[in-house]
Amino acid sequence: MPKDEIKDFRLVGTRPNRPDGLDKVTGRARYGADITAPGMLWGAVLRSPHAHAKILKIDTSKAEALSGVKAVVTRADFPTGLTGEDWNLQENTMAGEKALYDGHAIAAVAATSSQIAQEAVRLIEVEYEVLPHVTDVDDAIKPDAPVIREGAADATVPEGMPPNVVKYFEFGRGDVDAGFKDADLVMERTYKTEATHQGYIEPHACLGQLGADGKGEMWVCTQGQWYIRQMCSAVLGLNAAQLRVTPSEIGGGFGGKTTIFMEPLSLALSQKAGGRPVKIVMSRSEVLRATGPTASASMDVKIGMTKDGKLTAARAEFRMQGGAFPGAPVDMALYCCLAPYKIDNVEHIGYDVLANRPKCAAYRAPGSPMGAFAVESLIDEMCRKLDLDPMDVRLKNAVREGDQASYGPTFGSIGLAEVLEATAKHPNLSAPLGPNQGRGVASGYWFNHSGETSVSLAISEDGNAQVSVGTPDIGGSRASIALMVAETLGIAYEDVRVNVVETGSLGVNEPTHGSRATFASGKAATVAARAAIKEMCRRAANEWGIDEEAVEWVEGAAQPAGPNAGEFPPMSIKEIAKNMGKTGGPISGHHESVPEGVGASFGCHVVDVEVDPETGHTKILRYLVVQDAGRAIHPSYVEGQYQGGAVQGIGWALNEEYVYGDDGRLQNPIFLDYRMPVASDLPMIDTQIVEVPNPGHPFGVRGVGETGITPPLPAIANAIQGATGVRMSHLPMTPTKVLAALKASQE
Amino acid sequence: MSELTVHLWAGLRRFTGGHEVVTVEASTIGKMLDALVEAYPGLGPILEAGISVAVDGEIINGGRHRPLSPSNEIYLMQRMKGG
Repeated sequence: MPKDEIKDFRLVGTRPNRPDGLDKVTGRARYGADITAPGMLWGAVLRSPHAHAKILKIDTSKAEALSGVKAVVTRADFPTGLTGEDWNLQENTMAGEKALYDGHAIAAVAATSSQIAQEAVRLIEVEYEVLPHVTDVDDAIKPDAPVIREGAADATVPEGMPPNVVKYFEFGRGDVDAGFKDADLVMERTYKTEATHQGYIEPHACLGQLGADGKGEMWVCTQGQWYIRQMCSAVLGLNAAQLRVTPSEIGGGFGGKTTIFMEPLSLALSQKAGGRPVKIVMSRSEVLRATGPTASASMDVKIGMTKDGKLTAARAEFRMQGGAFPGAPVDMALYCCLAPYKIDNVEHIGYDVLANRPKCAAYRAPGSPMGAFAVESLIDEMCRKLDLDPMDVRLKNAVREGDQASYGPTFGSIGLAEVLEATAKHPNLSAPLGPNQGRGVASGYWFNHSGETSVSLAISEDGNAQVSVGTPDIGGSRASIALMVAETLGIAYEDVRVNVVETGSLGVNEPTHGSRATFASGKAATVAARAAIKEMCRRAANEWGIDEEAVEWVEGAAQPAGPNAGEFPPMSIKEIAKNMGKTGGPISGHHESVPEGVGASFGCHVVDVEVDPETGHTKILRYLVVQDAGRAIHPSYVEGQYQGGAVQGIGWALNEEYVYGDDGRLQNPIFLDYRMPVASDLPMIDTQIVEVPNPGHPFGVRGVGETGITPPLPAIANAIQGATGVRMSHLPMTPTKVLAALKASQE
Repeated sequence: MSELTVHLWAGLRRFTGGHEVVTVEASTIGKMLDALVEAYPGLGPILEAGISVAVDGEIINGGRHRPLSPSNEIYLMQRMKGG
């Protein structure tokens, strides 16, 4: 589809009511913790109070003797011999020889009530040998740091690297030294970001049932029911097809619900309790201590710029810890950090480092916000030094279609320049600023992702359509898919119901991650709808006695394609559906693939802040998100994604962090101390949707869920410098830190 | 079979005799990856652990059977995922 082709759609681009709205506002929607079953037991988990300790002995006898306790499991109840990521998942589900972080699961109990289960957990006696620990990434990468796990490094790590480095990554092109020589200004800075949690409002919850025959069921709050099935099966040694996983409604995920935590424990407890279902609901403290936050990062960046703002070279060296297991998103951070810029000479180096923290999980554009914080902060500082307009510099260096990305491949259709041009024209960019106020801008990038996708569509007897998808709806995908299907079939939006189905209903689907649901499930649903249309045209052709190629589908009805095809009145979808039992049976469409044609999305944010010189508090005055959506199927949801990403980024920039004590224990495992933004902290987040259609999607869709969290971190740091003259290089920029920096700058 | 030019990431040079850009004979993504491992066995564990392949700018997962020709721009990349 050409970039400039704008089609007039009947439904795409409109804002109908959300299909889950009534259930959610009336409390009818069923979330993970709402599921119950006859004979259900309650599970509870004993967690390590130590950051790093050998487990010498676990005595569960007193817990087992407690009335009402039906099962206790430890690692001894799990299969052995797992390798690679399967072993990592099992080890994170339940500690083996060592507790690797504060909150690591040690044992689990199922009992007839939640209170009894909690009491039984307290009766389990564990003998530990406490080991030296390390939680900071710069400490963890030191050669003499406590060793988290011997032999955990993969083949990418050259010999001689520090023992906690488990992955090494290096790429680039050109001659960076020559590029720096061509620059009028070369600056180098070090930046740090702290680990933050995805902060979904719904804690993890599941109900698992597993019989002695290996057949099981699970109801769970997740972004990906097939991932739950595959991971639980791997960790417990089950036949995947014998485990049926049904996703609940989901109260936020942001990447953190694409993996397993306590789900295998409910199944293991159920099997040991004779197949009675076991429900486990995490407390907020458990969520923060033991489920995936993102990584923390320490980053060195060096950039060369000419006096007229041309970037000549850049070097980025990032260190990230993602907990006691490999998987920190240092690779994605490096791929994304310079992606908005056309630079001939670039060098990237990355280290994935183990530390005594929980296993990190994906978090909205994993890695990209950290990388953007480093690069966009330094570019802004250089613009100020050279007295250049930061928007002009971004436009001057912006990548466009046909340019080579900083990570190598050539960009196809992208909309960065259009985003920057729209940003430059927005009134927020010229709003007057008062004392102690400053403005910051920053760009951000995310690739977007496709992944395994399976969709089924069935025409009902009354000519409506039901669509079965495997991607849980965390951001409006049911509405968007319904719009695309209704547009394709030529029926009303209200005549399409999109169901998120369990693992027995479709082929394998990857989770709703990578901003893929509207792109991939939407593309597959459109293809499935076209297959159903083809069949409906065939039925009409048979009725009329003409070739099916002589029938076309127009506005929800089959009709002869031209005068030569015959004179027949249009046959509506309702008429075809009403008679389908007499004309060949059910009419449906299916599509399974890893859809190609993913379109990347760039964004640019503008933020105005006011910094209180007495307290160091930063108030967000104005906030603008401009981002390329390809085509906004349901603009309200697109705007919601932009706003949600910005707000999470604001929290990461100003307040949120994992705080560990000297004992390696998490000091702020409740929302009272882990400070997320609330409505009263924020202005209305202004949005502007830019549409540069993605030629790889039938409606031009680009995923929009993740890019929005990337620019806020640097944009706010840039605004704070504008307001105070002080450059903050370590997130979060809390009042304490800002005040200290202000005082230091005045000394 | 066609001669394909494959761009690796620099960290893999120690498995390819110092080369960051290599050529292999293959007709699909899958056969290209197999040919890389045959020519440079040190790449085996890294490719087995999971990578993505960018063809003409598009990052492709799960496309072992996708045809390739000498005119394609091919980059090996870390396995993509998202939140």
